[in-house]
Amino acid sequence: MSEHKQTENNPQGNDKKMVIAMGSIGLICALLIVLTYQGTFASIEKNKAEALEKAIFKVLPGISKTKAFQLNQDQTFSETNATDPKIPKVYAGYDSIGQLKGIAVQANGKGYGEVLNLLYGYDIDNQKIVGFYVLESKETPGIGDKIEKEDFLANFKAMDAALNDDFTKIKNEITTVKHGEKTNDWQIDGITGATITSRAVGNILSMSSNQWMPLIYKNKKSFLINDKSK
Amino acid sequence: MSVINQNKSEKGFLSSIADHPSTDEFIKGVWRENPVFVQVLGMCPSLAVSNSAKNALAMGLATAFVLLMSNILISLLRDFIPKQVRIASYILIIATFVTVIDYAMQAISIELHKSLGAFIALIVVNCIILSRAEAFASKNTVGKSILDALGMGIGFTFALLCIGGVREILGSGSFLGFEFMPDSFEKWVIMVLPAGGFFTLAFLLLIFNSFKIKNNRA
Repeated sequence: MSEHKQTENNPQGNDKKMVIAMGSIGLICALLIVLTYQGTFASIEKNKAEALEKAIFKVLPGISKTKAFQLNQDQTFSETNATDPKIPKVYAGYDSIGQLKGIAVQANGKGYGEVLNLLYGYDIDNQKIVGFYVLESKETPGIGDKIEKEDFLANFKAMDAALNDDFTKIKNEITTVKHGEKTNDWQIDGITGATITSRAVGNILSMSSNQWMPLIYKNKKSFLINDKSK
Repeated sequence: MSVINQNKSEKGFLSSIADHPSTDEFIKGVWRENPVFVQVLGMCPSLAVSNSAKNALAMGLATAFVLLMSNILISLLRDFIPKQVRIASYILIIATFVTVIDYAMQAISIELHKSLGAFIALIVVNCIILSRAEAFASKNTVGKSILDALGMGIGFTFALLCIGGVREILGSGSFLGFEFMPDSFEKWVIMVLPAGGFFTLAFLLLIFNSFKIKNNRA
């Protein structure tokens, strides 16, 4: 009788113990992660800002100075120092005599793995994308991460991103085509074996360019430096 | 006579360190049971991120950190974790420390974090860590577990640095980023590519095993 009782009681006791053990380990782990996040947040933000600054110089060839502009509620741009990531921002690049060379725009979207965080340079006068840089990606090593390699980046040396006649949309949508089938300047030559990642880049760029380029073109004047003394 | 005696006692002291069980706990991971060269565990990161000495060193240290911290915590909690949920608990603990090192690495250098890419997150599934948790930390005291983790961690870092060093010297003509080879040196591009990882690992295993065989005979 007593033996029977024991076997009946034991599983229940074990269940409770298991739940308590898993729960408390989870709690300890959560606490550790939160503490680390809080502790490293400031330096990560600083590092990211520096990396972004470097990337802006990469996507806009020939610039020597950048300025951040935020998009206001009324669809105009104004200079900003805000660091809040929720405020939509673009970065203007100027050469050594203060002439506007282009605008760097950040674009996010879902890749194959996690979020793809991209930066591209837009030359307003020629209406072309002149540079492309992957800020953050967790794409498959050896396959999806080829979007950071020279061959793929060659797509973005002078990519056509002309606006239509009433300046509201991109004339030719940026699309990804199969590897070797690129015939026009607005197409991205895809990577064999990394179809999803290449398409994701195309979609992200297409969405972002349609959203930003008409706005940037319309407000072109607000990016110019008027102050000669600087 | 006294000199001989002194020598003897010194020798005795040294050999007592060498024979001490806790030293053995440490040394075994570095050499006799080296995780890469002897246990042949954790092959994925050893082959994938060892294309340069810097990446190899960073990966080795990150793994050693996760190994040390998870071994400590698991050893502390070894009487508290029920047997049925032990693997789940270990994975949870390991994943936590991987997240911690992921943040820490971003804080140290974004570029380094980027060059290691997804492999930082993949430390979670590195079998060295889970195997040490299951085979050692869950059965031994905290002190011993620390020694074991340090030994294994240093052994893993050492192995990765060997592979990364050979690949970088031959493939890029540099070590830890310093170019020292003469300009006439033709770089072996294959060494930086994945295939070079396999070749290097095979050669190092060959050398390691021939040492072992010689020692056994002696």
